Amino acid sequence: MAGTTAAHGDHQEHKPLSFFQRWFLSTNHKDIGTLYLIFAIIAGLIGGTLSVVMRMELQEPGIQIFHGLAHMVYGFEGDAAIDGGKQMFNVFTTAHALIMIFFMVMPALIGGFANWMIPLMIGAPDMAFPRMNNISFWLIVPAFVLVLISMFVEGPAGAYGAGGGWTLYPPFSTSGQPGPAMDFAILGIHIAGASSILGAINFITTIFNMRAPGMTMHKMPLFAWSVLITAFLLLLSLPVLAGGITMLLTDRNFGTAFFAPEGGGDPILYQHLFWFFGHPEVYILILPGFGIVSHIISTFARKPIFGYLGMAYAMVAIGAVGFIVWAHHMYTVGLSLNTQRYFVFATMVIAVPTGIKVFSWIATMWGGSIRFATPMLWAMGFVLLFTIGGVTGVQLANAGLDRAMHDTYYVVAHFHYVLSLGAVFAIFAAWYYWFPKMTGYMYSEFVGKLHFWVMFIGVNLVFFPQHFLGLAGMPRRYIDYPDAFAGWNLVSSYGSYVSAFGVLIFLYGVFDAFAKKRVAGDNPWGEGANTLEWQLSSPPPFHQWEQLPKIK
Amino acid sequence: MTEKSEDTKRSGGNRTVVTICCAFVLGMIGMSYAAVPLYRMFCQVTGYNGTVQRVEQMSDRVLDKTIKIRFDANVAPGLPWTFTPVQREIEVKIGETVQVLYMARNLATVATTGQATYNVTPQSAGAYFNKVQCFCFTETTLEPGEEMEMPVVFFVDPDIVDPVETRGIHTITLSYTFYSHTPSKPVASVGDETDGDAKQL
Repeated sequence: MAGTTAAHGDHQEHKPLSFFQRWFLSTNHKDIGTLYLIFAIIAGLIGGTLSVVMRMELQEPGIQIFHGLAHMVYGFEGDAAIDGGKQMFNVFTTAHALIMIFFMVMPALIGGFANWMIPLMIGAPDMAFPRMNNISFWLIVPAFVLVLISMFVEGPAGAYGAGGGWTLYPPFSTSGQPGPAMDFAILGIHIAGASSILGAINFITTIFNMRAPGMTMHKMPLFAWSVLITAFLLLLSLPVLAGGITMLLTDRNFGTAFFAPEGGGDPILYQHLFWFFGHPEVYILILPGFGIVSHIISTFARKPIFGYLGMAYAMVAIGAVGFIVWAHHMYTVGLSLNTQRYFVFATMVIAVPTGIKVFSWIATMWGGSIRFATPMLWAMGFVLLFTIGGVTGVQLANAGLDRAMHDTYYVVAHFHYVLSLGAVFAIFAAWYYWFPKMTGYMYSEFVGKLHFWVMFIGVNLVFFPQHFLGLAGMPRRYIDYPDAFAGWNLVSSYGSYVSAFGVLIFLYGVFDAFAKKRVAGDNPWGEGANTLEWQLSSPPPFHQWEQLPKIK
Repeated sequence: MTEKSEDTKRSGGNRTVVTICCAFVLGMIGMSYAAVPLYRMFCQVTGYNGTVQRVEQMSDRVLDKTIKIRFDANVAPGLPWTFTPVQREIEVKIGETVQVLYMARNLATVATTGQATYNVTPQSAGAYFNKVQCFCFTETTLEPGEEMEMPVVFFVDPDIVDPVETRGIHTITLSYTFYSHTPSKPVASVGDETDGDAKQL
C-alpha cells in the first residue's frame, strides 16, 4: 500500500511541465488525444473549405471561379488559366478526399477520441506504448504538410497539383502526371499510413493487455470493441496500400513496370491492391462511430445497449467480410460474370450485420426514457443518415445497376451519406458527449442544438439532390456540366453554404464553452452514463487509475 | 514484489503482441508484392483475363464445327511503326492448327525496338486459345524502313464446345499491341524534359 502512495506522489511531481514539454514531447494519452483533435479540426476546416469552393464552382454550369483561382494561385493568364483551373478542380477533389479521410476522420476518431477514452474506459493508466503514441502524432503532421505541398508543385506537364482522385489510379498517376506533386502526395500517404499502423499496434496491445482486473473481453465497452476491430483492419489493410503506392512510386521514379502494360504490368493490379485497402478503410472510418453512437444512445435512452454481444460480433463480422468485397468498386473493369456474381453476393452479406446494428440501436431507444440532449440528436441523426447511405449502398452493390451508376453523383451521394453524414455526425456526437469530460466545462445546449439542426439541414441539402443528379447521369470529378443538371446543383451548393455556416456555429460553441466556463461535474449525463470514464473527475487527473478499478 | 512481477509479465505480453502485429504488417506488405507473380500464375493457369495458353504440341482432334477468328493490331503511342494483320478474319475448324501473319514496319529513320502484348476476347476463351508459336513478349528491333512478317501459329482447343460459359462463342478476337521498348525511363524524369513547354502553358 505504501508503494502505491509513493508512486502516486512521484506522478504528481511529474505534472508541472513547460508548455513545450507538455505539448511537443507529450507521452500522455489525453494530451496526445487533444493534439489529434486540434489537428483534425484544422484539417477539417481546410478540407471543408476545399469542398465549399468546389460547390461554388458547381453552383452554375460553366466555369465560374477556378480560372480566377488558377490565376491568383499559380499565375496563369488567359486560356491557360482555364486549363489550369480545370486541373485545379481535380486537385481540389483529390485533396478534399485525402484530407478528410486521412487527416480529419481518422485522426479525430482513432487518434483523438480513442486515444482519449480507451484507456479511461478500460481502466488503464495510459496507452501501452506512450512514446510510440507521440511518434504517431508527430508523423501525421508532416504527412499533412506533404499533401498540402503537393497542391502547389507541378503535377501534369504545365499544371500544378496531384489530380485524379484519392484512388490515384495509374496510368494517370504514373505517366499522366510526371511532376513531383504526385510524389509528394504518395509520400504523404506513406507517412500517414505508418502513423496509423503504429497507432493500431498501440491500441491492440493496450486493449489486449491493459484492461482493468475483471474486465473480460465480453464486458468491455463497445467503443473499445470498435477500436480494437478498427486497429486490426488498419494493421491488415494499410500495408497493402503502402505496397501499392510504393509500386506507383517505383513505376514513376525507378523504371519498374508493375502497372505499365508495355513492360508486362497491369494497371488493374493497382485497383485490386488499392481497393483491398480501400474497402476496409471505409469501415475503419465508420466502426469507431458505431461504438460511440452505441454509448450515446444507451446513455440518453437510460437503458443498457440492446444485444451487447450481437453488437460486438456484428462489428467483427463487418470487419472480416469487409476484406473480401473489394472488387465491388471495380465492376466496370471487365471482371468475369462469375466474379461479379460473387462480389455482389458478398457485398450484400454486409447488410446483415449492419442491419443487426441499426435494429439494435432502435431497440435500445425503444421503451427507453429518452432525453434529446445534443449528443443524442447527433447520434440519432447518425442512425438515420447512415441507414440512408446503407440503402443506396445495397443498390450500388448490384453489378448490373452499378453499370449505370458507376462514377456518377449517385456514388458521391452514397459515400457522403455514410461518411460525411455518418462518420462526421459520429464525431460531433462524440465531441458533445465527451466535451464536458475532456474539458470540465459544459457547452451551451442551445448552440449545440442549433449546430445540429443547421448542419442536418445543410448536409441533406448538399447530398440528397446528388442522388437525383447521379440517376440522371451526371458524372463525378468534372468542373462543368450540361445545363440540364443546373437546378439540383444549385440546391446542393446552397446546402454547402448552410453546412459551412453550421461549422461556424460549432466553432462559436467551442469558444463559448471555454469562455463561459460552466462547470460540468464528473458525470453530467446521469445514471445512463455508466462506463468507467464517468467515475473520474472532469477533466480527468493527469494520470488516472492509480488504483485500478475493479469490474464486477 | 508481486507488483514487479506483474509489470514484467505485462511487458512480456506487450512484446508478444507487438511482435505478432509487426509480423502481420510485414506479411501483408510481402503479400501485396507477391500479388504480382501470383496473379500472373493464376492467369496462365486459368486463362483469366483472356490470357492465352502457350503449348508445344498440336491438337490431337479436329471438330467439324468452325469458329471465326478476328485479328486486331495496335501500336501504342511512342512507337513509330505500322502494324497490321495480313488477314482481318479467318474461319477455322475447331482444333485445326493454322498460321496467320502480322506485318510490322518501322517508319522512323532510326532503328526502333518494340515489344508486344496480347490477349483474346471474349476473355473466357483465353483458356482454350492455344498458341504454338508467336512473337509475343520478345523484343523486336526493326531497322529504318524495315518490314517484318510476324507469324502466329495457334489452334482452338476442342474442349471449348463443352462448358456453358464458352459454348456460345462463335467469334474470338486476338488482339496484339506493340509498345515501344526503349529501356524504360522513369516517368518523373520525362517531366524534366518537358519543363520548358510547361512554363509556357
